[in-house]
Amino acid sequence: MARIAGIDLPRNKRGEIGLTYIFGIGRSTAQNILTQAGIDFSVKVQDWSDEQLTAIRGIINDQIKVEGSLRSEVQLNIKRLMDIGCYRGTRHRKGLPLRGQRTKNNSRTRKGKRKTVANKKKVTK
Amino acid sequence: MARSIKKGPYIDHNLERKVLTLNDSNKKSVVKTWSRRSMISPDFVGHTFAVHNGNKFIPVYVTENMVGHKLGEFSPTRTFRGHSEKKK
Repeated sequence: MARIAGIDLPRNKRGEIGLTYIFGIGRSTAQNILTQAGIDFSVKVQDWSDEQLTAIRGIINDQIKVEGSLRSEVQLNIKRLMDIGCYRGTRHRKGLPLRGQRTKNNSRTRKGKRKTVANKKKVTK
Repeated sequence: MARSIKKGPYIDHNLERKVLTLNDSNKKSVVKTWSRRSMISPDFVGHTFAVHNGNKFIPVYVTENMVGHKLGEFSPTRTFRGHSEKKK
């Protein structure tokens, strides 16, 4: 069982893909880690030896911000924007898109599920 | 697209000059400005700017956290007072 940064990696995936299950590691970071550790990309997670596993753990510990500390960093960045009262901060507070997208319709990712307004006047021609 | 680093931050010349003379004489006074596009440089920290929003001047007190943002980001141009109440 390969356990890195508090996450169980899927055993039967290729190493390159398996590492991306950690928050903060995508395809290219995973590839960097594996080249540094000298492991082939397509070796499956279950086939890693113990030494290889410790090498990977070492690299992640020393060089990359992952999981909890990365999440808290992101939250701190958002909090900074909200505290200084800039435009992006107020948009975060209101739960609206930050980068000038339209909000007349769409932007459901930020706004969440549709809130229907009862008795809204229908436009009649 | 972000501005090229080679060029350095953009600050309106007259605004920068005004702040620097304030710094030299160690005075603090509200700087009235229309230059929303100017980047806040470290020299600006501690000053208060009255930034135009198209209608009136919004006082903005610059703190260290704001360095690197534009003045206009702190002076909203639109007012949204919420949707109308449900009519009976």
